[in-house]
Amino acid sequence: MSLTLEQVQRIAHLARIEISESEAATTQGHLNGIFQLIEQMQAVDTRGIEPMAHAQDLSQRLRDDTVSEEDRRAAYQAVAPETEAGLYLVPKVIE
Amino acid sequence: MINASLKQLSHALAAKQISSVELTRLFLDRIERLNPTLNAFVTVDPEKSLKMAAAADARIAAGMAGPLTGIPIAQKDIFCAEGWRTTCGSKMLANFVSPYDATVIRKMHTEAGLVSLGKTNMDEFAMGSSNETSFFGPVKNPWDPSRVPGGSSGGSAAAVAARLAPAATGTDTGGSIRQPAALCNLTGLKPTYGVVSRFGMIAFASSLDQGGPMAASAEDCALLLNTMVGFDERDSTSLDRPAEDYVRDLDKPLAGLRIGLPREFFGAGCDAGVMAAVRAAIAEYEKLGATTVEVSLPNSHLSVPAYYVIAPAEASSNLSRFDGVRYGFRAEDYGNLDDMYMKSRAQGFGAEVKRRILIGTYVLSHGYYDAYYLQAQRIRRLIADDFVAAFESCDVIMGPTSPSTAFKLGEKAADPVQMYLSDIYTIAVNLAGLPGMSIPCGFAGGLPVGLQLIGNYFAEAQLLNAAHRYQQATDWHQRRPPGIV
Repeated sequence: MSLTLEQVQRIAHLARIEISESEAATTQGHLNGIFQLIEQMQAVDTRGIEPMAHAQDLSQRLRDDTVSEEDRRAAYQAVAPETEAGLYLVPKVIE
Repeated sequence: MINASLKQLSHALAAKQISSVELTRLFLDRIERLNPTLNAFVTVDPEKSLKMAAAADARIAAGMAGPLTGIPIAQKDIFCAEGWRTTCGSKMLANFVSPYDATVIRKMHTEAGLVSLGKTNMDEFAMGSSNETSFFGPVKNPWDPSRVPGGSSGGSAAAVAARLAPAATGTDTGGSIRQPAALCNLTGLKPTYGVVSRFGMIAFASSLDQGGPMAASAEDCALLLNTMVGFDERDSTSLDRPAEDYVRDLDKPLAGLRIGLPREFFGAGCDAGVMAAVRAAIAEYEKLGATTVEVSLPNSHLSVPAYYVIAPAEASSNLSRFDGVRYGFRAEDYGNLDDMYMKSRAQGFGAEVKRRILIGTYVLSHGYYDAYYLQAQRIRRLIADDFVAAFESCDVIMGPTSPSTAFKLGEKAADPVQMYLSDIYTIAVNLAGLPGMSIPCGFAGGLPVGLQLIGNYFAEAQLLNAAHRYQQATDWHQRRPPGIV
């Protein structure tokens, strides 16, 4: 398998990372080297093997739907790039 | 005091031979003097450290001290600590002052009374094996400043090796505690997945990440581990199990211990000097009463390929939170919302982090999920099953931690695949979720060599016992880098 330059640009867009033409070319080389390593997996017959998502076979714990945390909005928003009146500010989304 | 064990420091503090403030100052002075060369710490705040030390002294005076109260340690900069800048080695978080404590931070400092000397340098978002991907520059190996300390917990490793701190924390997703411990002549332990809470530990690959101690000896690691573990309702994969004392079995004789030697770890691909030191260590274990048996981990060669699907897949999801909205870096100039995301992430992440996000995005995308992500998860099962089979005939598995000693700065930085292969012996342990250790076992060309010990699930006490008995019979772990005084 080999990624094309267009595929690299498409993945970068999906990941929301801006990438220049020249960066995309360098990245293409690196990613193809890494996928060559990853391709070793394809030689293995894994039919009937249950995928392992996790080291411990646990089911998700549930808890009561009650308030368990104190309100620390001001402290958490103090580290945001831009806030106003308790809201996070982003560029205008709806014209 | 600089080279004292945690037990010795604990006794000195209890006997009032030294105060925590004095001890903390001693190490802060060393950091001030030596850190400009080593770059092991990214944040120190003497005022905060000394305040913690004064509080510890008050606890000791009031008779309320725990065994480690007042001892200063270094924290890997992946653990959020309230009021401390927490960067994870990234420009993305270069100005992030955490508004809350990770559970590990709360347990070690608020509860156990340890003092924080500051935050240690690391590969960006823990993605690296050399500490060269840090936004804050590479860390130098105290054994040879032209070489890497390993990664991603390279700052913690260099700090402890140069005695800028008596001990430190690390995190291990594919070898990030064990490999730098090996390259810097330290003892490091990655616990069983789920034993140490991941709450407030900035996520890289959530099904693999695990925090653990890095110190000069197994005894120090056992004492630290006692303060780090425990069920945490804030971590959805934290395990609820009875508390253990990891010091309890340290002195147990090793007679009858069955050591499994995987033939895949003793073949080609490992430096001769490393192999010679590892074999000599195993001979020492036989003298201590252990027996050896050959075992096989037939799918271990697939651990690096499977890991470089699973870890980037989880990372691409975890790191989507860095979008320039709620915390972290936001680009200066941008157009619409999408452009703000794209530019903030392009400028805030370094090259290796971007590569892994792109790999992860690709393997999770429509049409590739089955061929890559599910195939990797099936291979993960094969790798874990290999260990289950191996542990039927042995108690502990041993082999090299890293295929080479510390390599030169820049040597592998341009070739991601070469860098990834430096974790060839450690990654399978994370995929299976097992506990693993690295302990000093000799030198090759003047550089430290690490012996890896892999245990069955929850066998931390047994690993620490095996490591401690070896350290009673050898002095490799007491060797200090010659250039550092």
